[in-house]
Parts: sequence; structure tokens; C-alpha cells
Amino acid sequence: MAQMRDKRRSLDEAVAGIESGMTIGLGGWGSRRKPMALVRALLRTDVTDLTVVGFLGPDLGLLISAGKVKRAYYGFVSLDSKPFYDPWFAKARTEGTIESREMDEGMVKAGLQAAAARLPFMPIRAGLGSSVPEFWGEELKTVESPYPAADGRTETLLAMPALELDAALVHLDIADEHGNAAYTGVDPYFDDLHLMSARQRILSADTIVSTEELVDSVPQQALLVNRMMVDTVSEAANGAHFTFAGGYGRDEAFQRHYAASAKDPEAWKTFAETYLSGDEADYQAAVARFTQEQKEQQA
Amino acid sequence: MTDNDVTRAEYCAVACAEMFSGAGEIMASPMATLPSIGARLARLTSEPDLLITDGNALILADTPALGRPGKVEGWLPFSKVFDVVASGRRHVVMGANQLDKYGNQNISAFGPLDKPTRQMFGVRGGPGNAINHATSYWVGKHSARVFSEQVDVVCGVGYDKADPDNPAYRFLNNYRVVSNLGVFDYSGPGRTMHALSLHPGVTAEQVRENTSFEIDGLDAAGPTREPSAEELRLIREVIDPKSLRDREVAQ
Repeated sequence: MAQMRDKRRSLDEAVAGIESGMTIGLGGWGSRRKPMALVRALLRTDVTDLTVVGFLGPDLGLLISAGKVKRAYYGFVSLDSKPFYDPWFAKARTEGTIESREMDEGMVKAGLQAAAARLPFMPIRAGLGSSVPEFWGEELKTVESPYPAADGRTETLLAMPALELDAALVHLDIADEHGNAAYTGVDPYFDDLHLMSARQRILSADTIVSTEELVDSVPQQALLVNRMMVDTVSEAANGAHFTFAGGYGRDEAFQRHYAASAKDPEAWKTFAETYLSGDEADYQAAVARFTQEQKEQQA
Repeated sequence: MTDNDVTRAEYCAVACAEMFSGAGEIMASPMATLPSIGARLARLTSEPDLLITDGNALILADTPALGRPGKVEGWLPFSKVFDVVASGRRHVVMGANQLDKYGNQNISAFGPLDKPTRQMFGVRGGPGNAINHATSYWVGKHSARVFSEQVDVVCGVGYDKADPDNPAYRFLNNYRVVSNLGVFDYSGPGRTMHALSLHPGVTAEQVRENTSFEIDGLDAAGPTREPSAEELRLIREVIDPKSLRDREVAQ
């Protein structure tokens, strides 16, 4: 009997199809269930000039730290807890080294919805009257409703363009080898929309189990992602670190260490050598040492 | 209990609660401690139908103390929050790094758009909040820097930005501003900031010194309403027993 495809790949194999100049969407929200292991895999490539789309946080920050980002489409960039502002994003913005397509959070969703539905745009009120259009130059247009309002006047709305992605990177808590996957936390974020808006659909998960075990381990409504939305699935235990996922909290001490290190070139050099010079296993081992040192200092 | 016992933070809590008066069965989205106390106080007094969340994806069935878990009555992940925003059944209380006399708000960055001098979060949900439903602001430290003549990035949309010929602006509702000095709305000339009340102990001169534009009705503004004994009990014993309010507003 013919077998369903096994989509398991290493993290490095999963991102091998991403090329310089591509547009990538990153799942999760702020510093929550971010595809950090996949981002770290991207840091090991020589890809540059990426356009990054999403509800962004330190995932964007790390890509900026490695000089890989040309442009970002975002509603916000947040670490969600102290010190809140991502230092690499702040540095890139204040030095003017990335192009910003800043927008209302709802516009990000609308743009992904348009792309997922293969529509050119989605009408939305959010953004009208604000500085958002100034971030976009000629790229953002308005659209007049073809339907008159009740009072006979015509409504003009923003025409949020489809955020078509060359690749989407998302991290879920549990998956099977075919790319079915579930979240075990409280919020799905927009990971399904990212996948449906992308040509290359790249999933990582903390654990990969049999389909039967996957389905038995979660409420069926948590099966956010099915296999027709996914091209590759990579096992990455603790793969959202230092952001949180369904199975573990945010590593606040490490996030503060990340943010503090970014403030100083020497400190960042040490950070990058310690955590970002090897593969994912090296990273997780270095994080374990960091955590152990923290414990010893507190004791 | 005598009048003198009431702290500035407690006046702010009552002023924040009153922002939700008459709101009915909508989602309250307070983004800081004092508005969170206000939403809970409103729910425990005049607005029992108000929906409050745990700050993440869960709607709370009861009204727990700040920071405490509570029984859950519903689920509202971010994607559904955006749907609620567009539907209008929400009143958000945001902070502001800059806020001008028309209610233009900035939480994005200071300086030019393409190369700011200081970068904060980005516009977040400000543009969508302001143009879709009731939007109020809470400022814990009223200063001329926050209450600025102009804002560098328009996130929340001020009344001067509304296009009267475009019905898409019909839901714009910059409802109220509460600061550590007073309570304001936008009923001044040309829909500019108007003083509704100043907290006891605050002078018009003090507000003037800490605001970069003229506030309508400042000299005529009376004192902010005093909390009732029951409101004080709810604030102190039920909603904020750890006095988190005092960290946001100095006495």
C-alpha cells in the first residue's frame, strides 16, 4: 500500500529553500510560541535581504542582529515583558537600516487573510487617519466601497494588500510526521493564516508523535494545522525558547540576558559565540548551562 | 474613615471606573493597573454585564483581585479580539507616550518615521481601536512631554484627522482621558481636550504647567468625585489588596 508522505526534516534542511530577498512570515505573537529554532537555523545560512512579516518580537531581533533583514511588515515588535522593547529592532530603526511597513495589528491579520484567500486586498477601517500610510509610501492604497452607505454617501477604506509569503515559519507544541499539528497553550495566534499565505510551509514542533498519539493528546479543536498546510516538519524540543510555548514558560532571565547583551557590541559578541555559533543542540546545551549558573548564583 | 484617607490613586480608580459607566455588555480592555482596577470596580458596582479578561485569551466569570486567577466564562484569542474590535463592542484604555489636544496618541516612536530617535512598540492596535470603538487614555504621570502640542507618530486617531466626508470615521470615539491630575474629554472647541474635573489637591495651574497645549474649561473644573465607602472597600480589600495602585500613582 502506498504510504502517506513523511515530512520530517532537520531544522537546517527545513530552511534550505529560503533564499536571499524572500518574504517570510513568522508565527506566534510578540515573545510567545515563536519559531525560534527555525530562526536560529536561518542564522546559520548566508541568506540576506529578507522581508519579515508578523506579530513580531525577538525572532525579528535575532534576524536583524545577523544583518539578514531588509524590510519588516509589522503591527508591533515586543518582548511582552521587561524590558519590553526589542533592542535590535530599536537599533535598526534608529539607525535607519531597515525599511518599516508599520501598520495596525488588525491590518496584519487582514493582509494574511487576503493572501490565504488569494485575494488582492482586504478592506479595513483600521489605519485611516493614522500615520500608517506614511510608513508605506505609494504601496498602501484606499478603496471606495461600490455600495453606498445608508445615508447615500460613499465609504472609503484602506485596501490592505495581500501579505503573500515565500515561506512561513511556525512552531507548534505537538505534531505528527505528516504535518498535522496542535497547540496546547491558550491561543492559536495566526499560525494557520501564516501557513495558508505561504508557498513554503515550514513547521517545527516540540515533539513529533504518531497521528494516533497526537489526536489522543489534545482536544480535537486544538488541531490547528493539518497536513495540507505543511511541507516540512522538524522536531525541536524547547524550540520556541526563550519565548514561551504550551509546554513551557518564557525564559525571562534569558530574555533579559539577550536584551542586555544587545546593548553592547562586546557583550553581543560573547552572546553570539556562546549561543549562536553552533547547531540547535549546542544552543540548548548552552542555555542549560546558563540556567544552571543562574541557579548557582541565586543559591 | 475620613476624606483625608482617600489617596490620589483611589480617586484615579474611581475616575477610571466611571469611564465604563453605561458601557453595558462589552469587552473592557484596560492596558495598565489603574484602568484595570477601574474596569473591575465598574463591574462590581454599576456595570455587572461588563466583560473582563485575564489579559490573555480568557474571559473571566468573576472579578478576582489584580494578578489573581479567576473562574473563566469564555475564550477570546487575539484573532477573535480583532473581530470584536471591528464589531465595536469594546472600550479600550490605552497608555500614551504622547497625546495631543485632539486625542492623537503615540506609542510607536519619537522623531522621524524613517529614522526615529527612540523606538517603542510600533502603532500596535491604536489605529484600529480609535476608529472602531470607545477609546480612552490613562496617563499615570501627567507631563508636558506626554501632553504634547503634536505627536510624532499618530497611532490612536485624533478628532482633527476625521474626514467628515468619509463615513468610515463614524465610529471614532475618543471618549475620555484620566491622568494622575484630572479627568478630561474632547468636548472643547473643535473637539479638543476639556477638563471635566481635577483630583482634590490639584490646581489648574499645576495642570497648565504640565500640559503643552491649552485645555478647555480648566479653571472651571470641579473636584473629581470622592469614592464611596463601598468603593473604597472594594478597591482596598477585593480588587487591589496588594496596593499595586500606589506603584502607578504617587500620593
